[in-house]
Amino acid sequence: MTRLSEIIRRDLRLALRQGSDSIMVVTFFVLTVVLFPFGLGPETNLLERTSAGILWVTALLASMLSLDRLFLADYEDGSLELLALTPTALELLVIGKVVAHWLTTGLPLIVAAPVLAVLLQMNGDGFATLVLTMLLGTPTLSLIGAIGAALVLGARRGGVLLSLLVLPLYVPVLIFGVGAIDAAVQDLPSKAQLLVLGGMLLAALPLAPWAAAAALRQALE
Amino acid sequence: MHRFANPARFLRLAAAIQPWTAAATVLLIGAGLYFGLIASPADYQQGQTVRIMYVHVPSAWLGMACYSTMAIASAMALIWKHPLADLIGKSAAPIGAAFTFLCLVTGSLWGKPMWGTWWAWDARLTSMLILFFLYLGYMALANAFDDPTRGAKASAVLALAGFVNVPVIKFSVDWWNTLHQPASVTKIGMPSIDPSMLLPLLLMGVGFTTFFVTVLLVRVRSEIMASKIRAIRLMQIHSTPGAVASGEVVG
Repeated sequence: MTRLSEIIRRDLRLALRQGSDSIMVVTFFVLTVVLFPFGLGPETNLLERTSAGILWVTALLASMLSLDRLFLADYEDGSLELLALTPTALELLVIGKVVAHWLTTGLPLIVAAPVLAVLLQMNGDGFATLVLTMLLGTPTLSLIGAIGAALVLGARRGGVLLSLLVLPLYVPVLIFGVGAIDAAVQDLPSKAQLLVLGGMLLAALPLAPWAAAAALRQALE
Repeated sequence: MHRFANPARFLRLAAAIQPWTAAATVLLIGAGLYFGLIASPADYQQGQTVRIMYVHVPSAWLGMACYSTMAIASAMALIWKHPLADLIGKSAAPIGAAFTFLCLVTGSLWGKPMWGTWWAWDARLTSMLILFFLYLGYMALANAFDDPTRGAKASAVLALAGFVNVPVIKFSVDWWNTLHQPASVTKIGMPSIDPSMLLPLLLMGVGFTTFFVTVLLVRVRSEIMASKIRAIRLMQIHSTPGAVASGEVVG
């Protein structure tokens, strides 16, 4: 447990000192969401109906934006090999890095999402569900993304390849995230979708670090 | 299983099996096409378009079966470092992608007259599309590294991670209330499909499978040949004095 918190604290310290990642991700999120009213037209009904989808798709892309840096910086300067040599299990290292990644990119997105929902004219009933789906969904995105980030280490055109690998696996999270918000907006129960989102998080929590650690081992061979 | 880890033994076995599977493919698909296109009745609701089923359904089966083959081969490659399993996974991917693409295209052609639309965002269709993207990702990752063994290992991990999609496709018609019809062949008890239509469907299904086996054998054999050629060239380079120094390196 102390080792896990050491890894998280190290990554957070690095992220805060270098400083740019969280701000860039949130800026990307805000700017891309703001593009939609220009593209679709400022019609209130249309925006209200599409707001859940726009927010989720954009949040998904934003969280993917910073994924290729999850292991790459450590891989390139060699500290990943040193971390792998420590007695800490590689799976634990992955969990620590994912937690730090989520705290620096996922959490700011959740804070920004309700503000953007106001701009997109989302029905007030959907706000609580929006935050809830993002709380359950974005950690899953970070976990699945860690597998992709570990797999493309050392590959040519890693960044583009990463999106090709990770986006198909993101689809279920997107479907249930948007489904829950749509149900809440229409005054229907959204419990089922939220439970599925929670289930996916619980399944990804042990399985994704395991797969990502296997991929890291091959990258370090 | 480990008996066949020896490429020479595998090559002998493959050379012995391949003519038989090729012949079976011609016979089964030939018979399936005859029964499917000529000797079977048109559907009372769907008319002649029901004949698309004889290509659509087997290619969907094979699209999933290829992915399962790939996932099992990847697991074997990762666990036992089986040298042929890597090659089987790598060779099965383009075949599976082709079957999945064929399934999506024929489904789209079938959907237009039946549902009135080329495409619907239905659970079965969407999950099949995701399967196609998983194949593309697998192939891209396998070829993305300068060192081919590293690509094989990375793509093996991806194949296993993507395997979660296969049961989702299989059960998507049961879990969600979809436009796509539920399973009618693999039902508990009697299949809800007339024997005159079931026969060509099964013939085509088995024919597609033997076709897959034939093509897979060809591809694995050519992969083994390619690595042999690479080894021979490297040996030649090392035995020719000065070849390396003059930069005459043949990949």
